[in-house]
Amino acid sequence: MNGRWRTWLLASLCVVVVIAAIYFPKLKRKVKTSAEITQPSEEQARRELTTATPPNPADPRLKAKMFWASDEDESALSPIAVDLALSPDPVLRAKQVLNTLLAGPVNSDLRTLPPDAALLAFYVLPDGTGIADFSEAFATSTPSGIQSEELAVDSIARTLEANVSQIKRLKILIHGQEVETLAGHLDLTQLFIVNTKAAQPPTLSYGLPLKPASASAASVAPNSSKTAKSKEPKR
Amino acid sequence: MRFLNGSFYFDRRILGAALAFIAVVCGSLASPQAQQPATPTAQSAAPIHTPPYPTVAPPPAQRTGLNIVVLDPSHGGTDPGARGAQGIRESDLVLDLTFQVRRALEAQGFQVLQTRNGNENPSFDDRSTLANAQRGAVFVTLHISSTGLPGTVRVYALPDMPSRASAGGILSWDFAQASYVTLSRKFGDAVQGQLAQRFKGSPNNVQTASVRQLRTTAAPAIAVEISSVSVQDRSDLDKMMPGVGDSIARGLAAFRPSYVLPTEAGVQP
Repeated sequence: MNGRWRTWLLASLCVVVVIAAIYFPKLKRKVKTSAEITQPSEEQARRELTTATPPNPADPRLKAKMFWASDEDESALSPIAVDLALSPDPVLRAKQVLNTLLAGPVNSDLRTLPPDAALLAFYVLPDGTGIADFSEAFATSTPSGIQSEELAVDSIARTLEANVSQIKRLKILIHGQEVETLAGHLDLTQLFIVNTKAAQPPTLSYGLPLKPASASAASVAPNSSKTAKSKEPKR
Repeated sequence: MRFLNGSFYFDRRILGAALAFIAVVCGSLASPQAQQPATPTAQSAAPIHTPPYPTVAPPPAQRTGLNIVVLDPSHGGTDPGARGAQGIRESDLVLDLTFQVRRALEAQGFQVLQTRNGNENPSFDDRSTLANAQRGAVFVTLHISSTGLPGTVRVYALPDMPSRASAGGILSWDFAQASYVTLSRKFGDAVQGQLAQRFKGSPNNVQTASVRQLRTTAAPAIAVEISSVSVQDRSDLDKMMPGVGDSIARGLAAFRPSYVLPTEAGVQP
């Protein structure tokens, strides 16, 4: 009785193994094909998100100022007027000007951003901080160096300043992440001041309590030293 | 038993005191003779304890002034920095440049520390730490760019920073440079002025850029960047190096009188 029961058990286990051997490769193939189906659709969705917003014919055509490298001095920026139908919405407007900036000038030697870089997203916070999310190519293809990295960021900041008055500060993300430097030199953990005249201390405390250029740390330091000194004798 | 025990301890204490006394006497007899040839000036002084790590002794003159220069050859290790056509690597070049700058600075009487001596890559914070641990130091980070007019040199200092840095008298590590921005620009202007005379096409004044390395450095700090790794021949850059070193040394000598530690102004406790 006992021996018979054991053989039955072994036989049924064998059957299970055979079924599994047939079924698992099939299942594997199924998973593979389903992954292949979803991948292009994700890519498509991403492309739909990152494509330049189509110009609305109702928007007025304006001369947008694009800051590309200067003809005379490659290390300086100079504005070039480009005819664009700019949206009144700051987010759409910022996307439009940044995509134009990324596309580059007629003379490709004067471009400030790598040709393979893309703007993935752009947000504007209520306090006037613009957040620009670029693809990884922005970090990997920008030539390494203080001068080249500064030129790239400066061209973005000045183009935003000239065309989107609502943006006062700029935060640059790479593929949705905060990175320490752009290509080894320029600090991307900080906010860049875009509109030097309008930049007020932000009301939100998510980041840095930046002050406008006039109220710099340097000008505050002597005051604090005076107050510290004047307090001392009273003790 | 108790008595015996007590006397035993008493004896041991006596023995210990006697041994200590002998050791002190022997030491005091031996040490002046042993130290005399090494340090003839410190005859009657207590034995000098030397720490196991290298330190820079403050020179007698200008104790609170500027004495130390921390040179930072950027990149290194797995990070080559900017790369040129003929296998030129920024990380190698800046190390050679550092030795040239060091020579010029030491000729002017400055003491020099380096954030790296070989092909390693300390973090930004580690490099700043070396400068922040010194008193009376300035920090110079050295770079070779990938762009710009070849044969020119640019000096960078940070733009204005949030004043949260020194709130409550505590210097925040992330904004350590905040109290030094004005001094750094003054230092940068002095060096850039020297460089402009020697390397035509270089700007006359210091540039501002958010250089990561400078932000966490609690000392007058500048970045010096030579253009560029795109030269045809490496020797074009090698030829510039002694001139860059000399300009930095001259600029630093000119800046020296205006160097006043922010601690003396009462920013830090």
